[in-house]
Amino acid sequence: MGLAKRVIPCLDVTRGRVVKGVNFVGLRDAGDPVEIAHRYDDQGADELTFLDITASSDERDMILHIIEAVAAQVFIPLTVGGGVRKVEDVRRLLNAGADKVSINTSAVQNPQLVADASSRYGAQCIVVAIDAKRVDPKGDAKRVDPKGDEKRIDPQSDAGAEPRWEVYTHGGRNPTGLDVLAWARRMQTLGAGEILLTSMDRDGTKSGFDLALTRAVADAVDVPVIASGGVGNLEHLAAGILEGRADAVLAASIFHYGEYSVRQAKELMASRGIEVRL
Amino acid sequence: MRNSIAVIDYGMGNLRSVSKALEHVAPGAEVSVTSDPEVVRKAERVVFPGQGAMPDCMREMDGRGLRPALIEAARTKPFLGICIGLQMLFERSEEGDTPGLGVLPGSVKRFPPPEMQAAPGGRLKVPHMGWNEVMQAEPHPLWRGIADANRFYFVHSFYVEAGTPELVAGYSVYAFPFTCAVARDNIFAVQFHPEKSQSAGLALLANFVSWNP
Repeated sequence: MGLAKRVIPCLDVTRGRVVKGVNFVGLRDAGDPVEIAHRYDDQGADELTFLDITASSDERDMILHIIEAVAAQVFIPLTVGGGVRKVEDVRRLLNAGADKVSINTSAVQNPQLVADASSRYGAQCIVVAIDAKRVDPKGDAKRVDPKGDEKRIDPQSDAGAEPRWEVYTHGGRNPTGLDVLAWARRMQTLGAGEILLTSMDRDGTKSGFDLALTRAVADAVDVPVIASGGVGNLEHLAAGILEGRADAVLAASIFHYGEYSVRQAKELMASRGIEVRL
Repeated sequence: MRNSIAVIDYGMGNLRSVSKALEHVAPGAEVSVTSDPEVVRKAERVVFPGQGAMPDCMREMDGRGLRPALIEAARTKPFLGICIGLQMLFERSEEGDTPGLGVLPGSVKRFPPPEMQAAPGGRLKVPHMGWNEVMQAEPHPLWRGIADANRFYFVHSFYVEAGTPELVAGYSVYAFPFTCAVARDNIFAVQFHPEKSQSAGLALLANFVSWNP
């Protein structure tokens, strides 16, 4: 027995409330951050991740008050991401009670931020979040097979073609041209202590993690990898560990609306032979 | 008399969690986050946390003139080291080949990449991050009410190798067994983060607050 694989609920936060996008349009209000953090803590969450989705900078300080309130009552690790642009932002979040700060778009715009924050506060508190999208080697082309069935090319089964993924920023809107594996390695070299890897292809689909992506990144770096994007049921979480070789799994919606509890997730994972903290 | 606890602040990382957790388990205690050696001298108990790189931690600690007060506290009053605060008590660290305070015999080593790559059961990542089992090597007042092999939260890339086996109060396994808790007289120090280890961590802090070695 040794280190347990982690289950991390993710809370999207704006204007002091936890929300979760539904069908990519309206935001459904899911409640008070402290109350929800307590609930997940009671259920056995190993860590909590807060993603600040506030668009305007004048409302950004609200996340600091939320973190202060949660950190005063919930004694498990807290990660905060969203809108981190300067080392000063990292400092303020850590002082508010965050244990780790997640950097995404700003890492692409200014990789030195990762190096500076890591050398100042230690790699253990710097998470680099990578939004990855699969590159289809044949573009959006469709192949017509001899029987006349139309099917989309699966880059994985395409003989000889290794699947590739591209880094996206700004919540998955902007392609960067960066290769995900090379980027993950570079972030590790600059001082990332952990990689939070989200598949943009799977995010919101409930069809499971992109396991090939997860495995490729987990094998490419020495630091822990958190799999994210696409969880629709508890088997998906187990697959992220067993097939994706992730060190931790992150999910939002399946926990938010009471479909499953964190404890149910861990019990299922344990029954699949995964070491978890129960 | 009011229970005064000094949480040593030398500018390295998040001390709010440590002080909030102490206030949570000891509402009547006077918890001060301080870099003032006088406050450390007057406190009944001292908590010595730490995050980041050991060379920076040693430099910042010395920059605030805390070394004499810390060494005195480690000799005379209930003293809890956490994470780098554990590592700094030893003689030397491989991290930047840095001398420590030398309060305890032994050294600090990095989890070696070859052993991590070839670990039984599959490759292990560094930092060692997450919840691992803590095996209690000996009974101790700070383990009271905490089950053997209870999980605590870790995040570190270096571990201590105690110079004498009598120091070892607890160990965990990550590729190999490593010391994660040491005890001697009035000192107890841990590699994991009790302030982030939910009920077991709060129990350990509560035990520290009422400990009279």
